[in-house]
Amino acid sequence: MNTTAQILQNNIQKILDIWMQNQLADASLRDDLISNEELRRQSEELLSGLARATASGNVENIYAPEYEPVTEILSDISITRARQGFSPRETGMYVLSLKQAISQVLEEQLSDKPETLYKELLKLNLLLDNLSVITFETFIKGREEVILRQTDEISEISTPVIRVWEGILALPIIGTLDSARTQVVMENLLQEIVNTGSSIAILDISGVPAVDSLVAQHLIKTVSATRLMGAECIISGIRAEIAQTIVHLGIDLSNIKTKASLANALQLAFSMRNVEVRKINKNTGISLTR
Amino acid sequence: MDRIPILKMGSFLLVTIQVDLYDRLALTLENDLITMVSRTGAKGVLIDISAVSIVDSFMGRILGNIASMSRIMDAETVVVGMQPAVAITLVELGLTLQGVHTALDVEKGMELLHSKIGITDEPEEDEEGPDDSND
Repeated sequence: MNTTAQILQNNIQKILDIWMQNQLADASLRDDLISNEELRRQSEELLSGLARATASGNVENIYAPEYEPVTEILSDISITRARQGFSPRETGMYVLSLKQAISQVLEEQLSDKPETLYKELLKLNLLLDNLSVITFETFIKGREEVILRQTDEISEISTPVIRVWEGILALPIIGTLDSARTQVVMENLLQEIVNTGSSIAILDISGVPAVDSLVAQHLIKTVSATRLMGAECIISGIRAEIAQTIVHLGIDLSNIKTKASLANALQLAFSMRNVEVRKINKNTGISLTR
Repeated sequence: MDRIPILKMGSFLLVTIQVDLYDRLALTLENDLITMVSRTGAKGVLIDISAVSIVDSFMGRILGNIASMSRIMDAETVVVGMQPAVAITLVELGLTLQGVHTALDVEKGMELLHSKIGITDEPEEDEEGPDDSND
């Protein structure tokens, strides 16, 4: 057993106290995300794991089997922190403040042997730097998982085909249209046209932030495919700036029915299907006659 | 040799394609159909491709050709029942079948043909032609 390991073993409570003090004194402490008791429990677990691992005599190679419990605890902590919304700095400082605490104790214990102190500090630095790299890796992995899940969710919820009336479908498109999404949108729409036997589809692009020539081409493709199926397609929700871009880019939408708002498109769809919406005088309800 | 049957229904011709079209068959169909249009003086051609699951550029061109030829001979063409996958393929190939009318199914296709040609009566007509045909 070497010196660091021994000191770590003997002073575990003291190191923990100093470490907790450092963490609590730090301005970046997030007591809104994690309670002090929870933080202390996590820290104690990690520290005792570290003490057990160093007791084997290995203070260099953190990929050795005796370090597995330590890296596991650390990964758990940083993944949880990534999900809870800790910043990278806060997560990084967690391990780095442990280094400070151990250094402080080592300094006290070995003040009469500067040479040993120097060597031990070097080893300790190396070990904890490696551990903080692991922390960062898992932190970023945790964040990426969150992002990936959100991407999946967005693509899942972003292409609903709504049946607004008998024979009339509406498809509000929200977010940028790229090739992959156009494919999904087109497939969903065409399948729904077959399933419901609808003859009119309204494509609402009020949720599309910008229309460039590529997006316009995707829209034209969708309209053409719908027409081939034997249904009519109306594009609605064209904002002023989108109209400007379309004309400036020289995109020809003249043979596509376009309307400014979904309400106008629905009105057009009604008249195409010979449906009339009118007010009843007696009560304020709406009567729909076909 | 295989042939796709062409049925005469009043003043319309009805073609249902139940097999996958290969090039020779498509060419024969084009030929037969145009001959039929000229012989019967049909006012409309309805092609049901609901059973066709594979389509290529040649097939797309044949459909376009049939429509153009029929138009010259004063008959409207309606293609009905196109599968979503077929529609997507045709669009990706850049064949939007300009000039071809489309409908969801045979029933709607018939309605469309009637409205195009200006017949308001029901399709079951044993008479050889509508009395108010305006051509």
